[in-house]
Amino acid sequence: MSVLEVCNIRKSFGGEEVLKGISFSMERGEVVAIIGSSGSGKTTLLRCLNFLVEPDQGSIVVNGETVYDSETVTNRSEKELRAKRLHFGMVFQSFHLFPQYNVLRNITLAAELREQELLKERKASKEEKKKVMAQVTETAKQLLSQVGLLEKQNAYPCELSGGQQQRVAIARALALNPDILCFDEPTSALDPALTGEVLRVIRGLKSSDRTMIVVTHEMEFARKVADKVIYMADGVIEEMGEPEQVFGTPKSEKLRKFLENAKEGL
Amino acid sequence: MSFIDVTMQLLDGFKVTMLIFFLTLVGAIPLGLIISFGSMSKLKPLRWLTRTVVWIIRGTPLMLQIIIIFYGPGLIFGAAPLPRLSSVLVAFIVNYAAYFSEIYRGGIESIPVGQYEAGQVLGMTKTQIFFKIVLFQVIKRIVPPMGNEIITLVKDTSLARVVAVVELAKAAQDIVGLKGIIWPTFYIGAFYLLVSGALTLLFARIEKKLDYYKG
Ligand SMILES: Nc1ncnc2c1ncn2[C@@H]1O[C@H](COP(=O)(O)OP(=O)(O)OP(=O)(O)O)[C@@H](O)[C@H]1O
Ligand SMILES: [Mg+2]
Repeated sequence: MSVLEVCNIRKSFGGEEVLKGISFSMERGEVVAIIGSSGSGKTTLLRCLNFLVEPDQGSIVVNGETVYDSETVTNRSEKELRAKRLHFGMVFQSFHLFPQYNVLRNITLAAELREQELLKERKASKEEKKKVMAQVTETAKQLLSQVGLLEKQNAYPCELSGGQQQRVAIARALALNPDILCFDEPTSALDPALTGEVLRVIRGLKSSDRTMIVVTHEMEFARKVADKVIYMADGVIEEMGEPEQVFGTPKSEKLRKFLENAKEGL
Repeated sequence: MSFIDVTMQLLDGFKVTMLIFFLTLVGAIPLGLIISFGSMSKLKPLRWLTRTVVWIIRGTPLMLQIIIIFYGPGLIFGAAPLPRLSSVLVAFIVNYAAYFSEIYRGGIESIPVGQYEAGQVLGMTKTQIFFKIVLFQVIKRIVPPMGNEIITLVKDTSLARVVAVVELAKAAQDIVGLKGIIWPTFYIGAFYLLVSGALTLLFARIEKKLDYYKG
C-alpha cells in the first residue's frame, strides 16, 4: 500500500490556476525530489499537503486514510485538522525557529503540548506524565545528535549559523514523527558553503521507513538521493521518473531546457 | 509656608497623581488589547469602526476628552455628571487604551507569518501558537514603545486639573494662588522626574532581560 496518494490536486489564487491537477503516489521509505522553475507551484503543493492552504479540488490519502477530499470536505474542526496535519512534517526554506526558545525547547515544545493533550484525554497519572515528558526530551536529544548538534542544545537560534538552524528545524519536524517529511528548498536561504551540511543530514535520514519529499534546486542532490524525481512546470507534473531517466534521458522539451539552464547556473 | 508644609500638601496631590497613573494602566493595558483585536478583525465593519474610534481618540487632545466626559452628559442629556475623578479615569483609560492598542497591533503584525505556520505544521492549536510562540515575541517588541507611552502618562496626569481634580500640579497651583509663593510650581518637577526616572530604570531592566535573544 502506498504511504501517500495525491490525486488531481488543483489550486487557484485569484483566478490564476497554480496547480492544475497534480497526481502522484509514494511508497514507504521513498524519497521524492521535486524540481522545477520558479513559480511552477512546488511550494503551493507542499503547502496543500500540510493544510497551510486548502486545495480547490482533489484528494490526499495517507496510509489508506483519506485526509482530504474536496468532494466530501466538511467544516473540519481544528482538532481534526491538526490530527491530519501531523501526518506531514514541514521544513521551511527560512527555518522559522522560535527565537525565544533554546534549541532543545524548539524541538520539544510542540511534542510536549501534543503529549500533554493525549495524557489529559486518558487521565494519566502524575508518574506517567513525568515518564512521557522525559521520553520527549530523550527523543529530542537523540534527534539532535542525529543532526550533529547535541552540544548546541542550550544555544538560542540567533547564535547558530543558517545551516545549524536548518538542522535544528529538521530535528524539530522529526520530533512529531510524521509519516511524510516535506522540505521546501531547505538550502536556498543558505550560503553555498553551508548547503553541504544540511544536504548530508537529509541524506542521512534516508531509511526504510522515512518517506520524504524534497523541493530543491540542487540537481546533484536530487540525482543522487532521490528515488523518484518530479519535474513541475506551470502547475502540472511535466515529467516524473527515476533520476537516471529524468536527468539522463529527459523526454520533455521544457525539462531539457530547464536542466540545461540549471547546468549553466541560471 | 514652610518647605515641610508644602511638601506634605503636595504629597496629598501626589497620591492622587499616582492613583490616576496606576488605575489608568490597570484599565488601559487590557482594554488596549481588546481594541487591537477589533482593529485587526477580519470583519470589515468592526475593523473600520474600531480604527475610526482610535483615530478620533488619538487625533484630539486628551484635555478636551476629559472636559467632554465630565461636562458632556450634563450638557447633552441633562444628566448628573460623573464624579470628577471618575470622569478623569474614564478619559485616561480610553485615551491610553487607544494608544496602547496601536502599539499592540504594530507588535502583533510585525511577527512573521512563518512563526504561525511553523506552529501550525507542528500541530499546535491557535491558542497555543498565540500564547507559546507569538505573545512573548510581541512583548519583546512592544516594551520600548510602551515604556515611552507610560512615561508620558506620568506627566499627562497633570491634565486632570482641568476638571479641578487636585492632583500634584493642581495642589501646587492652589498653594501658589493662596500663599503667593511661586517655588512649589518648580518643586513638583522633582516629583515627576523621580517617577519617570524610576520607570526609565525599570524599563531598561526589562529590555535587558528580554535581550537574551535577537529577532
Ligand atoms: N498565497 C498566494 N496568493 C496568491 N498567489 C500565490 C500565493 N501563493 C503562491 N502564489 C502564486 O502561485 C504561483 C506558484 O507559487 P509557488 O510558490 O508555489 O512556486 P514555486 O514553484 O515554489 O516557486 P519558487 O521556486 O520560486 O519557490 C506563483 O505565481 C505565486 O505568485
Ligand atoms: Mg517555492
